[in-house]
Amino acid sequence: MSIEVRGVEKVFGNFRAIHGVSLNVREGELVALLGPSGSGKTTLLRVIAGLEFPTAGSILFDGEDAVTRHVRERKVGFVFQHYALFKHMTVFNNVAFGLRVKPRADRPAPEEIKAKVDALLDLVQVGQFGNRYPSQLSGGQRQRVALARALAIEPRVLLLDEPFGALDAKVRKELRRWLRGLHDRMGLTSVFVTHDQEEAMELADRVAVMNRGRIEQVGSPTEVYDTPATPFVYEFLGNANRLPCRIEKGRALLGGTVFTEAEKLVDGAGIAFVRPHDIEVTTERLTLSIPAVVRQVLVAGAVAKIELSLEVEPGMIEVALPRGAHWGAPFTAGQKVHWRARTARVFPAADGGAPAAAVEVEPTTLK
Amino acid sequence: MAMTTPTLQAPPALATTTEPPAVRRGLIAGALAFIALFLVMPLAVVLAEALRRGVGTYFEAITEPYTLAAVKLTLIAAAVAVPLNLVFGLTAAWAIAKFEFRGKSLLITLIDLPFSVSPVIAGLIYTLMFGAQGWVGPWLIEHDVRIIFALPGIVLATVFVTFPFVARELIPLMQDQGTDEEEAAALLGASGWQIFFRVTLPNVKWALLYGVLLCNARAMGEFGAVAVVSGHIRGVTNTMPLHIEILYNEYKFAASFAVASLLALLAVVTLVAKVLLEWRFGHELAHNRGR
Repeated sequence: MSIEVRGVEKVFGNFRAIHGVSLNVREGELVALLGPSGSGKTTLLRVIAGLEFPTAGSILFDGEDAVTRHVRERKVGFVFQHYALFKHMTVFNNVAFGLRVKPRADRPAPEEIKAKVDALLDLVQVGQFGNRYPSQLSGGQRQRVALARALAIEPRVLLLDEPFGALDAKVRKELRRWLRGLHDRMGLTSVFVTHDQEEAMELADRVAVMNRGRIEQVGSPTEVYDTPATPFVYEFLGNANRLPCRIEKGRALLGGTVFTEAEKLVDGAGIAFVRPHDIEVTTERLTLSIPAVVRQVLVAGAVAKIELSLEVEPGMIEVALPRGAHWGAPFTAGQKVHWRARTARVFPAADGGAPAAAVEVEPTTLK
Repeated sequence: MAMTTPTLQAPPALATTTEPPAVRRGLIAGALAFIALFLVMPLAVVLAEALRRGVGTYFEAITEPYTLAAVKLTLIAAAVAVPLNLVFGLTAAWAIAKFEFRGKSLLITLIDLPFSVSPVIAGLIYTLMFGAQGWVGPWLIEHDVRIIFALPGIVLATVFVTFPFVARELIPLMQDQGTDEEEAAALLGASGWQIFFRVTLPNVKWALLYGVLLCNARAMGEFGAVAVVSGHIRGVTNTMPLHIEILYNEYKFAASFAVASLLALLAVVTLVAKVLLEWRFGHELAHNRGR
């Protein structure tokens, strides 16, 4: 089932949690709502589920207005951040709940319910724990029970709020892979909320990056990482050096030296973003290169991190070199070097150097 | 496991949170002495005094018509007041814990009012309202509705003083539990009543039970408020506590202590019921507390 979010706004008292957000989720897609806390991502998910009523805008399931439909008629599978399992019921009864509360006419017979719940418990790999109470399970097991419970009503849409937030790193990775497989096998349309960019990148078909109640960019993980649409997305996804610069005649200058192109931008103050792994460091001068001094070299695993001191703002940049490249002639602290950006992105700066949104993104136009 | 090691041999380094044995025993003995002096001894005295003139006198005292009428009246008052406050407490706690609305803190304060107001004043309020000289009293008397010096007055006074018990027990628990489980139930297709009976109520049933037991104990034992509105008409408007006082004032000590022992017995029965339920459903209780 496809989900269409059309110009949704949500206001709590005098706080505007969501500003006119639009988003299309195609049938069978797995979309991540990614953003820092307070960006409105959970509120948006709750609006889609029907747990919150939008102040304006509409939600369409398969092109049909869902806002007027009550939560219990939406048939949405929802997994809460803290699972919200019924504490006083066994695992089996938790999963059977959605089937047992059906009106008598649609309610399956007890044997059918039993067969279905057992199958679901096996599917989420907690088959042997049917008689336990949620408090007797580990975090990962509770998570899976919550999922089984949500799947029992055969939803076509699955919504997950920070599904792996409360789990430790190892369990998280396993569950992530498992969830992706489940989504594909069951042909679900899923939306999940996360603040963990790695999780969003690894799991989702498309990522919607949210900030302060707006969607800043929607795109595939590679798209949003390689071509961030706004300064916020640049800084939120992965590391980036933030370099205040001047824009003159379509070029960006750092302390008087031209270091990258900045086409189509008006002259004035700008902010350039460069990923640490998009920087070349050499001992001799190159075109567009800028002199610097090595401050520190940290070798961590496959990557060598080099900190360079600059004479101009911001005074320091971080470079990540593949360890192999660093191997032959290692840089040492105090060494004079030159660096240049292989690729960089320049945004015009608002007053005081704070980046303004480069382009007002219309999410529906971005695929 | 960590829990079994201290019983083998607790190294002194681990004893940071334990006190020397002398202190421990001293504290326990102190607590026990206090309980003996203020709880067990008075109860024993009540029983001893009641039985001083023999078992025959005891049974005579508790089967006397006026006593039976008092017992009946007390049970009726409790039987009306407790369900009323059960319903009120549940709805108030539900409203306070699950919704945001204007005047919420005022409502919480008002629920506590009967705790801070003297019961005598509670009784006076109703006398001033419904009494012969009261605001609506004359009109009621004209229409042959008797509230003061009758059963309705006693019930009203009892409801007033037992008002906070159920609500007070439920509000913190329900606030703590939040609305996640109710939302989950709604998403799974449950209707309002199904959510209430299958999710909300089971989650609070123990707190509800404690609240009801406390409410009941107070309803049966209330003296001050009831004393003001009852008028002390023997066999008609005397509840057990009032009856005990009258017997005592008439120097019928054995009889007054016999009735007192009966009232104490009712309290003990409620406590035993509570313990039995806890023992029977203990494991379920433990799961309810864990998240």
